[in-house]
Amino acid sequence: MYPPRFDYVAPTSLEEALDALAEHGDEGKIIAGGQSLIPMLKLRFASPETLIDINRLPGMDGVSEEGGTLRFGALCRHNQLGAHPLMTSKYHVVAEAGTLIADPLVRNMGSLGGSLCHADPQADWGSVMIALKATIVCQKKGATREFGAAEFMEGIFTTKLADDEIVTEIRCDAANGGFGSSYLKMERKVGDFATCGTAIALTLKDGTIASAGVGLTAMGAKNLHAEDAEKVLVGQAPSAELFAEAAEAAVAIADVREDSRGTPEYKKNVLRTFMKRGLAKAALRAQA
Amino acid sequence: MEVTITVNGRTHTKSVEPRMLLVHFLREELGLTGTHIGCDSSHCGACTVLVDGTPLKSCTYLAVMANGRSVETVEGLKQGGKLHVIQEEFKEQHGLQCGYCTPGMMLVGKALLEENPNPTDDEVRFAISGNICRCTGYMNIVKSIQAAGKRMQAESADAAE
Repeated sequence: MYPPRFDYVAPTSLEEALDALAEHGDEGKIIAGGQSLIPMLKLRFASPETLIDINRLPGMDGVSEEGGTLRFGALCRHNQLGAHPLMTSKYHVVAEAGTLIADPLVRNMGSLGGSLCHADPQADWGSVMIALKATIVCQKKGATREFGAAEFMEGIFTTKLADDEIVTEIRCDAANGGFGSSYLKMERKVGDFATCGTAIALTLKDGTIASAGVGLTAMGAKNLHAEDAEKVLVGQAPSAELFAEAAEAAVAIADVREDSRGTPEYKKNVLRTFMKRGLAKAALRAQA
Repeated sequence: MEVTITVNGRTHTKSVEPRMLLVHFLREELGLTGTHIGCDSSHCGACTVLVDGTPLKSCTYLAVMANGRSVETVEGLKQGGKLHVIQEEFKEQHGLQCGYCTPGMMLVGKALLEENPNPTDDEVRFAISGNICRCTGYMNIVKSIQAAGKRMQAESADAAE
């Protein structure tokens, strides 16, 4: 299958990329890893006039934890985050999602920022960034806007990102003791989209949950922010009963349909189980 | 658009349409048909090549994205008339039946062994989980990659002595 015809530019600096976006407007489309966009081009779901390739922008794939802030460049690859020592030792929710997306070959190209902008409700990073209460930084020529992760994703394949903007960075507060997190995902086989995914981040202080972040994958028209589940958790001591109550609060917001991955009842049962397991795993890590 | 891409150590400059996929560039522009087209939809891994050493699916990568980069295909494995260890071990361990997935499997195996010369069964299976074999020969594919790793280690130990 051949993609439709398009022009192609490959800027080598952020300034050049922003100029290209300003010039092409809604006829220009950024290509990052291309692991969703290229299949969409082949299927003619997308036919931009110009592709703006950001793979040559320097410094877009950095990760840093400084001054109380954890920062991800938008072009961090899934595999890079899955294997990053800081993620595998401290931010498990990132490492676990990074090794569960698609398959290893796709993970070598696919990027964090690209996945967030694609906003597939069955994709994983949106939930992770909701759980981490992350901020998504959008830049255009001469202006920068920032959105909370939950706010950034508006619906199926729809975000706050304007035609002339690019996501440059995703950042959140660095964990500061008592932090534990987890990402659980059910997929029918490697490479399939999620039947269900749960992203959980907890901070424990003096034996109680001081803060909680819960994001849900494939449970609605976008990655869902399970705020009611978070409210159940905050201020309480971790326990199986508490986690079961939080799981019910998450199940209550699931808006799922029957498809080849299962019935709504089945999917909600998976969610219920994953919430309990994911919370237990995160709490254990927070206490370690 | 003019691109300059190094493929298996040889530099090629060609004029291509931006929409040309890397797999078509390799097969149709360069005649390197060892890189297979399986599903053409990013599921099967038959089109796997190494770009700057990283395995990726050349059906989901534009030729223009490879401009200035170095690509390795299955044709690049054999050096100086001698098969690569991984090719020899796929032969020895019967790591292939129909051979359709084999170029991708060998390239993923090679990239894995460069990072982890002595992988466990699970590590090999994880690494090749983006490559589908429909002859269901995974057991021997895993064995082939592990055997190649052992031989590469033995050979580099010999070379060090």
